[in-house]
Amino acid sequence: MTASPPRKEFHPPTRESFATRVVLVSVAVLYISLFLFTPLIAVFTEGFRNGVDAFLNAIVEKDALAAVKLTFIVAGIAVPLNSLFGLAAAWAIAKHDFKGKSLLITLIDLPFSVSPVISGLVYVLLFGAHGFLGPTLDALGIKIIFTTAGLVLATMFVTFPFVARELIPLMQEQGVSEEEAAISLGASGWQTFWNVTLPNVRWALLYGVLLCNARAMGEFGAVSVVSGHIRGLTNTMPLHVEILYNEYNFAAAFAVASLLALLALVTLVLKSALEWHYGEEIAASHRH
Amino acid sequence: MALEIDRVTKRFGAFPAVQSVSLIVAPGEFLALLGPSGSGKTTLLRVVGGLDVPEEGQLRFDAQDMTLTPARERRVGFVFQNYALFRHMTVAQNIAFGLDVRPSSTRPPAREIKRRVQALLARMQLEDMGARYPSQLSGGQRQRVALARALAIEPRILLLDEPFGALDAKVRKGLRQWLRTLHDEMKLTTIMVTHDQEEALALADRVAIMNAGRIEQVGTARELRETPATPFVRDFLDDTPSHAQGSGI
Repeated sequence: MTASPPRKEFHPPTRESFATRVVLVSVAVLYISLFLFTPLIAVFTEGFRNGVDAFLNAIVEKDALAAVKLTFIVAGIAVPLNSLFGLAAAWAIAKHDFKGKSLLITLIDLPFSVSPVISGLVYVLLFGAHGFLGPTLDALGIKIIFTTAGLVLATMFVTFPFVARELIPLMQEQGVSEEEAAISLGASGWQTFWNVTLPNVRWALLYGVLLCNARAMGEFGAVSVVSGHIRGLTNTMPLHVEILYNEYNFAAAFAVASLLALLALVTLVLKSALEWHYGEEIAASHRH
Repeated sequence: MALEIDRVTKRFGAFPAVQSVSLIVAPGEFLALLGPSGSGKTTLLRVVGGLDVPEEGQLRFDAQDMTLTPARERRVGFVFQNYALFRHMTVAQNIAFGLDVRPSSTRPPAREIKRRVQALLARMQLEDMGARYPSQLSGGQRQRVALARALAIEPRILLLDEPFGALDAKVRKGLRQWLRTLHDEMKLTTIMVTHDQEEALALADRVAIMNAGRIEQVGTARELRETPATPFVRDFLDDTPSHAQGSGI
């Protein structure tokens, strides 16, 4: 720019005029405020409408606490299992060649393309009292539908893709040469996985686990179908919010909802922190 | 260690990457596999290293059949084209890896591993680089770390896949001489894959010229130039000045 004639500013060919930029940015900001920030603020204002005491009472209330606890139990089982399965699936797909690989990739994506309600219904059809396996399981004394087990299964189904989808592109991009190097240096399969493969994807794995957890705790559709909405027993937080709301108990509904919103905000902050520090190591797909 | 490759064939699907190749490498010899891309030279190297398993033929290390021995039990020092350094480990950790993963019965004590790593760093002129990560090194330094890591396991044979492929011409020349000196000191049987004929002819004791999955001719630089066995060998050595070839990859 120093070489160009004075007072004549150079504009990159892709840069729009000042007015266009102002309009575009304003539209984007307005849109985000309207559809994202306003509802978020509304959730918290409604929650605190009757004061901090009412807010706290709604949260420490027996059924609400049970819902929080159940949500943590369900996520606490579903997320680790899905992380394990997701890691295994991504490893198999990205580092190995086998028949039916593309079918497996399609299957992993299935929960994203199926409505969560349908996923829940499938479990009812399978394990319900009149379901496919229901009578057999019933005879064995195993109950799935309207129990925590059903909630865990439905949540696992819905959140299965998160970890696998996060890891597959990164693992594919990294290729197998480091693994080959480890093996030719004498490492066993397990040593190679533990010392080479896993450390190379650790931040992407954490990122996937984070997203998986956010969805597991917030999932509504699938768990709604298998839960049976038994207060204090099979109600997770999102279901509890719905019940309170349907009972016109708005303050309590929004109080519990604001807990969920808080969870979303924490997830967002952690996610941004991961992207900020380890963007290069997080899924290759984010860069393309 | 003497290496015998006996009528080895490796196919990928229907495509024969290596077709009934036989080759004997003498103990302490430096042999180059030279050929255009797709001629099967890297596949042959990977078969020797145990990273690909041949459909037919036999592979012998000192007359001992190794065809089906897993790569991790072969004690082969493999230097990959892109170096394949462990990106989350320091240079010292990279070099120590092959010793660290040994079962406790054969693993040297920690102090001994440290000493060996230091010795290798010194030999590679990387004394102060032990604590760095691969991303903080230049191409030539990475190449030497990859070499040190392969040498740390005291390999029976050294396999180099386009060792200078990713380096610029100036660094390449310097490293070439250094590698030859290193080889002469260590007397380690070495196979190097390259598409750069000047490199192959200048560095190796003998050169095997590959084309379409077969070895066309094996010989010293002089033999190849003076008595090319096939039209392909004559044309390949005539037509491909190394500076034009070397810029590939």
